[in-house]
Amino acid sequence: MSSSTGNEVLGRGLRVLGHAIRTEPRLFTISALGSSLFGLLIVANSYVVGAVIGRVVVPAFTEDRVSTAGLALVVAVLLGISGLRVASIFARRLAAGYMQFRMQARYRRAVTRRYLSLPPEWHQRNATGELLSNASSDVEAAWAPIAPLPFAVGTIVMIIGALGSLFAVDWVLALVGVALFPALFALNYFYSRRMSPRQIHAQKMRAKVAAVAHESFDGALVVKTMGREADESRRFGVYVADLRDALVAVGRLRGVFDPLMESLPSVGTLAVLLLGTWRLQTGAVTVTEVVSVAFLFTVLAFPVRAIGWVIGELPRSVAGWDRVQAVLTAEGDLAYGAGDLPGDGPAELRFDRVGYRYGDGPPVLTDVSFTVPAGRTVALVGATGSGKSTIAALAVRLVDPDTGTVSADGVKLPDLSGSALAAATALVPQVPFVFDDTVRGNIALDRPGIDDARVWSAIELAQATKFVTGLPGTIDTPVGERGTSLSGGQRQRLTLARALAGTPRLLVLDDATSAVDPRVEAAILGALRESGTSLLVVAYRRASIALADEVVYLHRGRVVATGTHTELMATQPGYLDLVTAYEKEGK
Amino acid sequence: MSDAGTMATLKRGLSLSPELRTGLTGTLGLAILQMAGRVSVPVAVQQGIDHGINGPGGPNPRIVLGVVALTLLGLVISTFCGYLMTRRLFTVSENALSGLRSRTFRHIHDLSMLHQQSERRGSMVSRVTGDVDQISQFLQTGGVQLLLSLGQLIVSLAVMSVYSWQLTLVVLLAFAPAIAVIRLFQKRLAVVYRTVRERSGLMLGAIAESVVGATVIRAYGVSDRTGRRLDTAVEDLRTAQQRAIRASVTSFSSGEIAAGLALSGVVVVGVLLGVDGGMTVGRLTAFLFLVTLFIQPVQIATEQLNEAQNAVAGWRRILDVLDVEPDVADPDDRGAELPAGPLSVRFDHVSFRYPGGPIVLDDVDLTLDATRKYAVVGETGSGKTTFAKLLTRLMDPAEGRVLLSGTPLTDVRFSSLRSRVVMVPQDGFLFDATVAENIRFAEPSLTDDQLRDAFTELGLKDWLDGLPAGLETAVGERGEALSVGERQLVALVRAYVADPDLLVLDEATSAVDPATEVRLQYALDLVTRGRTTVAIAHRLSTAEAADEVLVVEAGRVVQRGPHALLVAEEGSIYHKLYASWLEQTR
Repeated sequence: MSSSTGNEVLGRGLRVLGHAIRTEPRLFTISALGSSLFGLLIVANSYVVGAVIGRVVVPAFTEDRVSTAGLALVVAVLLGISGLRVASIFARRLAAGYMQFRMQARYRRAVTRRYLSLPPEWHQRNATGELLSNASSDVEAAWAPIAPLPFAVGTIVMIIGALGSLFAVDWVLALVGVALFPALFALNYFYSRRMSPRQIHAQKMRAKVAAVAHESFDGALVVKTMGREADESRRFGVYVADLRDALVAVGRLRGVFDPLMESLPSVGTLAVLLLGTWRLQTGAVTVTEVVSVAFLFTVLAFPVRAIGWVIGELPRSVAGWDRVQAVLTAEGDLAYGAGDLPGDGPAELRFDRVGYRYGDGPPVLTDVSFTVPAGRTVALVGATGSGKSTIAALAVRLVDPDTGTVSADGVKLPDLSGSALAAATALVPQVPFVFDDTVRGNIALDRPGIDDARVWSAIELAQATKFVTGLPGTIDTPVGERGTSLSGGQRQRLTLARALAGTPRLLVLDDATSAVDPRVEAAILGALRESGTSLLVVAYRRASIALADEVVYLHRGRVVATGTHTELMATQPGYLDLVTAYEKEGK
Repeated sequence: MSDAGTMATLKRGLSLSPELRTGLTGTLGLAILQMAGRVSVPVAVQQGIDHGINGPGGPNPRIVLGVVALTLLGLVISTFCGYLMTRRLFTVSENALSGLRSRTFRHIHDLSMLHQQSERRGSMVSRVTGDVDQISQFLQTGGVQLLLSLGQLIVSLAVMSVYSWQLTLVVLLAFAPAIAVIRLFQKRLAVVYRTVRERSGLMLGAIAESVVGATVIRAYGVSDRTGRRLDTAVEDLRTAQQRAIRASVTSFSSGEIAAGLALSGVVVVGVLLGVDGGMTVGRLTAFLFLVTLFIQPVQIATEQLNEAQNAVAGWRRILDVLDVEPDVADPDDRGAELPAGPLSVRFDHVSFRYPGGPIVLDDVDLTLDATRKYAVVGETGSGKTTFAKLLTRLMDPAEGRVLLSGTPLTDVRFSSLRSRVVMVPQDGFLFDATVAENIRFAEPSLTDDQLRDAFTELGLKDWLDGLPAGLETAVGERGEALSVGERQLVALVRAYVADPDLLVLDEATSAVDPATEVRLQYALDLVTRGRTTVAIAHRLSTAEAADEVLVVEAGRVVQRGPHALLVAEEGSIYHKLYASWLEQTR
């Protein structure tokens, strides 16, 4: 790391901390005051100890003069300082802790709110693990320096107080302090400079080890069936050894720094003893003062390290802050309109010359126009990558088209309010998503007007009655995180029931029944057709396609032809090939 | 998570990492030497005051100079001892923990939970990463400090008692209540910090749900509901954190009060003891310095308690994994080799159930002849995947035996089993490497030419040539740079070069584009030629092409025979399955 970027990180880190201080000024003030009091008490304590020796102990021993009042005063003062110290520690640590936790909570709420308002397209561009750590460990890293920050502030106060008192005692003894404090800071500074590349390297090695473990466990079945456990362990072992070496390198440096940091103040104490004897001879100082100053140097080593802790945390804090800010300032919100969708009953869906591309990629859809008439069923058919899922997402406005319009009953989707859109349309995606909740919670999602009767009828319509009644608590059964206690087909039917419970006026199924038995799938589609909703289906199985009133045949993002299944079979050789692929492969 | 006590966990943890004890005596010795340096300073102060400053002939700088020079030399030596100690500690602990990482990694691979419960993979990764890091973090920060504190405590206590046993007693008495309070709080701290960890886990779960389910949340307009859940999780964590810090500060401050008590007690008792009690100004001064040295370790120890709890929790999670015995054990050296040549299969009254679960396979008794092709069909949940897992010994039956060419599977050493029996799993998992490296996973010794030959033999040369960098094309994370069908192609070539005598195929369910589908089918025909093949069929076209079909329903093999024969049995399960399939494709 070059020094300019090092200083830049320092500057930015302090600005991030400044932001925290401005957000929680009260807590910061309390903790900084507490910490300053603590620092000054450390200085005061040394002089009290010195005074005790000089004024009480020495007279008692040399002149055999024991003053009961003096002793009582000593006890009162020492205990008083102790009490004040406890109060200052409470103020510093509690206020700093509360401040840190409040900042964490505040930013966790802000980040997750952004997650909820950013469109699915943004989510797709960002890895799940990344987003998870933005809200957890990055927020934590950003505010990590808050905990030692007040301590560091108090330390600076303590150093100023200590130097001031030293000069008040004797300028020669003060020189020891003048030499020692900069030495401590210099040591801290060089340590941070040399440490940070080692720590970055260790962090990289850590990530490597995690990545290898993740991949290896992901492919566990392949590893096991090929009998490669030993080779995988060797491969993992290489990275583990690299990580170990990186951490041992960190340890070597710590080994130099820590003992030096401990010993430097002791050197100060010895210097004070030596210089103090000389100054005593000249009568410039008293025994009390020599003892006080010597004592001071033994107790201030520990607080000085707090400054190092803050500086050490800054690079991590800045990195975390940057990642958090990237989420908070991300653009591309899909703002809702304010309009309602008039009428009730099935809605007509119309795509009018729609074009779409992901980011700067090639166009995924070009000039796509078709209509799902109210109450009818339309199937989307096309090879992998022909744009079917994109159409499904556009139909419920998970994304907006780049060109052209998508409208329901003549109202453009962007004009609809969020609640109107959610009430009118429902999408059942390819991969079912199940919340960590009960069956009922998953289907109703706390939407108004969905009572148990509606939940049950949706379950019935999704052909899921048999498996739901077989669950230990029927609709009150918790399904576990991501629905892990259910099979793929059961999860699909559960998410289908969720869509149906809202009685949508337009239902979009994106290959939503792939894990369901073909006969069950046919029954579901039949029941949906009966229900009278407008239905847009992405389908693979021939029997499902044949159930549609009309088929839209897509190829590379364009509508090649529209018509009934029979018509397309007769007129479109590509369509015929696609739909009959299974049969050919069988012969 | 098991709730073994802290001490029990530490004991087990240490016994599992004996390397941690390597040279422990030396490390401890160095720690004591380092502390001796620190403690020598108050002694120097005492000597300086008593013999130098308060010396008989007034202040004597020469004596003080001698004392200071000697102490300085001691400090240099003890600082160097500190360097050696830290180095040793890092080396020993990192060596031990890298061993623990590797052993846990291997153990996890030996367990079947990975392939049975894919959702647990993430948490298994943290067993070999975050959990070990937590132990290492603790050993090297808290651990060093605790070790040094212990050294400091012992040395300062020793020096104190040399100066005055009465004053030492005063110090100990002053700390007794604090130690009682800290012990009392230790339990409470363990509880509050456990709550913090639990709530942090719940919060992560809630965040993960909002991220993974972003599309659904938007499509159903339920972001308010999710937002409320997130807020609750975030706030719950914050309250737990605040409760924890309150407990921790309270416990910490008891040490502070003890320090005040000790200091004032020492002054009062020291003065009262007076010269007759063997006290000098220097000794009393040294004692006051020593008391601070005695206080620091106590404070540091309370500071480190939370980190210690985290480390113990991490250690406990690792032990929980290591304590699970692999359910399928490799007989290793005691095991047998499979007989050479094509393999036949015998299921001898085999039943299977997961512990506590319903029966999955029920008394399956059958023989499969060598070099023939079998298809296993049945609805989801019928038990056909379990059949494949028992056949490849990813699991062992609850009752009965599986034999290959007459040798019980449990007797076959894994090296022999895994080279002769290969399973191609459904998802065709690829490693983040090149095509060539992924295929060499099965047979590391293959040259590039041999790999190309394999592709050519399977009719996939044109596909390989079409890749941007041929064999050296990187397949991306999990092979995601390739399409699903292409991944299956590579997985198939990988199985082909492994040249097994029994091939088990778990057919992919997802639809792939017709061109790849045709390639796959062709390659599959070639790969299965001349070997015993068992295909878990999701498409009945696979069943049609097999020599014989096994129909599984509710854990039993209910029908068996060539496709043509089975389909002719009116009203049979296979007949129905086939009719439904025809309906789908026609």
